[in-house]
Amino acid sequence: MAVRIQHEDFDAGAEIARLRLARPDTGAVAAFVGQVRDINDGASVSGMTLEYYPGMTEKALEAIVEQARARWDIYDAVVIHRIGELKPLEQIVLVVVSGTHRGEAFAACEFIMDYLKTEAPFWKKETTTEGARWVDARSSDDQAKLRWNTEN
Amino acid sequence: MNLRILYFARLREALGVAKEEISVADGVADIQALMAWLAARGGVWQQEFAGCRPLRAAVNQELVANSANFKTGDEIAFFPPVTGG
Repeated sequence: MAVRIQHEDFDAGAEIARLRLARPDTGAVAAFVGQVRDINDGASVSGMTLEYYPGMTEKALEAIVEQARARWDIYDAVVIHRIGELKPLEQIVLVVVSGTHRGEAFAACEFIMDYLKTEAPFWKKETTTEGARWVDARSSDDQAKLRWNTEN
Repeated sequence: MNLRILYFARLREALGVAKEEISVADGVADIQALMAWLAARGGVWQQEFAGCRPLRAAVNQELVANSANFKTGDEIAFFPPVTGG
């Protein structure tokens, strides 16, 4: 299990290959990549700055991965989240999960992202044509998290 | 009771403060009471901590409810709802 917070870009292919090749009983690797869009809430976005809470953010991500491991029979999980200044088309976040079958890997990957969006202390400030603005949290992200209370 | 307080993102910018060490009366022992104590500073503190805008709190780097208690020496953080990913 690995959680990394970094300014630098990441190589999703290399991370996927690392988990895929780590053990021969791995049958499935699911991955999610989030990237910076050039438009949000009707405004053109030229870049964003990502802030985090050193110490707490790492702990929050580790706790989320632990919850996923407790819930699904997965082999390994990697979460990489970038901070600092990012431009459109740059990668923001990577989640990779390996396991025996796709069901667990898909579910755990989605669970980790849904919890990351609502519990991990990161904040985005966008630069738009109308100036800089802090991105507001979305209620749809809270709804996405809540469904894990009942679904399996 | 001595506390280390951290502010993040939009809240940090609005207050113009990233962190501070404060001393509060022993009666100020949960997040709700601390928010009222900070709001009593008036001005922008009143605007941010009087409950009009959504805020999250953490005690020693764990997300907590507003009823959560803390003790002297703890690290308390206030921040807007998170927007990573």
